[in-house]
Amino acid sequence: MQVYSEKIREAAKRLLSEKRVDAVIGFRRGTVPFMNEPFLAKTPEQADQFVWDGNCGINLANYLPKMTGNIAIAAKGCDSRSIVIHLLENQIKREQLYVLGIPCQAMTDKAKIQEKLNGRQILQAEDMGGTVRVSGRDFEQTFERADFLQQNCAICTHRNPVIYDELLGEPVKEQEIDRYEDIRKIESMLSEEKRLYFDDLIKPCIRCYACRNACPACYCPTCFVDESKPQWMGKTTDPTDTRTFHFLRAFHVAGRCTDCGSCERSCPVGIKMRMFTKKLEKEVKELYGYEAGVIQDQRPPLDTYRPDDPEPFLG
Amino acid sequence: MSDIYIEKGNFIPGVIERLMGRYRVHGPVKNGRFHEFSLLKNAAEADLGFQNTRLSPKEIFHPQAERMFEFSLAKDDPQAGILKEADKDFSPRVVLGIRPCDAKAFQLDDANFITETIKDPWWARRREAATMIGLACDSPCPTCFCTSMGSGPYDTAGLDVLLVDTGDGYVAEVLSERGENTLLVTSGWSSVSSSVRASLADKKKAAERSIAGTFDPAAIAKREMLELYNSPIWEEVQFACINCGTCTFVCPTCWCFDIQEEVYEDKGERLRMWDSCMFPLFTLHGSGHNPRNQKTQRVRQRFMHKLKYYQDKYNSGPACVGCGRCVQACPVNIDIRQVGRQMASPDCACPA
Repeated sequence: MQVYSEKIREAAKRLLSEKRVDAVIGFRRGTVPFMNEPFLAKTPEQADQFVWDGNCGINLANYLPKMTGNIAIAAKGCDSRSIVIHLLENQIKREQLYVLGIPCQAMTDKAKIQEKLNGRQILQAEDMGGTVRVSGRDFEQTFERADFLQQNCAICTHRNPVIYDELLGEPVKEQEIDRYEDIRKIESMLSEEKRLYFDDLIKPCIRCYACRNACPACYCPTCFVDESKPQWMGKTTDPTDTRTFHFLRAFHVAGRCTDCGSCERSCPVGIKMRMFTKKLEKEVKELYGYEAGVIQDQRPPLDTYRPDDPEPFLG
Repeated sequence: MSDIYIEKGNFIPGVIERLMGRYRVHGPVKNGRFHEFSLLKNAAEADLGFQNTRLSPKEIFHPQAERMFEFSLAKDDPQAGILKEADKDFSPRVVLGIRPCDAKAFQLDDANFITETIKDPWWARRREAATMIGLACDSPCPTCFCTSMGSGPYDTAGLDVLLVDTGDGYVAEVLSERGENTLLVTSGWSSVSSSVRASLADKKKAAERSIAGTFDPAAIAKREMLELYNSPIWEEVQFACINCGTCTFVCPTCWCFDIQEEVYEDKGERLRMWDSCMFPLFTLHGSGHNPRNQKTQRVRQRFMHKLKYYQDKYNSGPACVGCGRCVQACPVNIDIRQVGRQMASPDCACPA
């Protein structure tokens, strides 16, 4: 996967020195294990800092809305789908963009690796592509990356970018996989069980809004939770308010969420809020046969009306 | 004050149970993937083998959502519209196992809540009600940098007792009269043996040595404020920031709050809630004007407040104790140690 680092640097330098773009969005090496930092390079020299490995889970399309000038962006499958959503929703113009497509080899879930270490602290983590070597004060251990992927990556069916100006590697094989095994389990619960399950799921929430802010689909100038004239919802961690936040956020990204997993990756308290968004993704897929951000030349089903739209609720 | 020793088998559950009989005891409890400070329901819950809690224990003194006042809006109520203080619990409490960095943090917060002229009554009363029993750090996290911020893994600032884990037991360094009085209800202590006493200094040194040096806050204090404010570093620092409240909510020295009222039918409450300078709403004026409507301004504010304004205003060290929580929790890896390095060095346009 590190071969992408070199290719991103090369492309970024070329695009910047030819003045084809004003800036390039990618990642640079993080300061702690399993983290890289989203980075904007404006000069060919800065482009030397770009890296790519299994720690690039943050969706870079999040930085695009309201950007001016011409921008190149490194985009894995889910980022590219979020870019399509931005284009469909007029958040950025296609002619402003130069997409450096990255056939994605999935992102690593550091929490899963940390769990295996029984509290031992990771000082260094080296992504070797197929494996990750972690070391600490008195240990070194190698993990098969395939066993420690972010859950959204493990069930991803669009690893290859759906939109790009340049593809930085050979396309990877797409998976044929059941994406909704866990969702069906919840669907089969009694309503009281569901309520308990969801209450437990969001109990640790501190309302920091990292999930919302890491989400490329969340770009409203004023989010409903920040409306103050009048105020829509309470700001405490009262369970009703926290529930309202999570439910509404999920509904707001229905048919737009590309399951990039940035929300879960960003959560400081480990909430699996994709259990909400994935259910809505499943609904949209079953009702309209639609996957967010895959098709570029058709209005998304939830922002248009068609006479043959399914209406099962009219029974 | 004195040093005393206790075997671990006598501390958990014995000492904790005795304390619980007399005090509300807040201690580190494992909850899911992370530890958190909780009001202990039983002594066995306390897990003193923790590294540090994901959130700081500031909730104990500065609840995330505090009911300040309540009021009635009922038309036939002669007291309608009059604020009455909501019930609060100021009963004596023990914060058990708090890390030295966090205890030091609350001392820094005192500068804001308890001044010569104005005193925040609820912060002050909770502080007065609390005995702080700290636990020295022998295996700090890779993200810890307390020693650069004027604290350390064995720092006694803001503590009434400091416990040191000696393997089989704990040495308690009793630091205040309050600490001494609190421990009076407990038993099972003995004097510290000479061999254990001899090991303490080495343990402390080893712990301090295991923490990497980072930036020098004194160098930031010396810099001209406007030069730093207008520095080109902010443009690069701010890019990755997504303006969530994670760094401020996990931080033990972020004390900012918002005050709001919630009304249900004819009853209402005035609440104060943690707020975050990362949120655009934080500085939004009633007029609609927002003096910090750009992300760059907000990101700069957070670092300038902690590392520059606080130092200038109180003529002290920074409003950061190096607990490293923001470094661990930031979803986009904005690292205060890197930002501090850049702020400390006038020539440093260095990449992180």
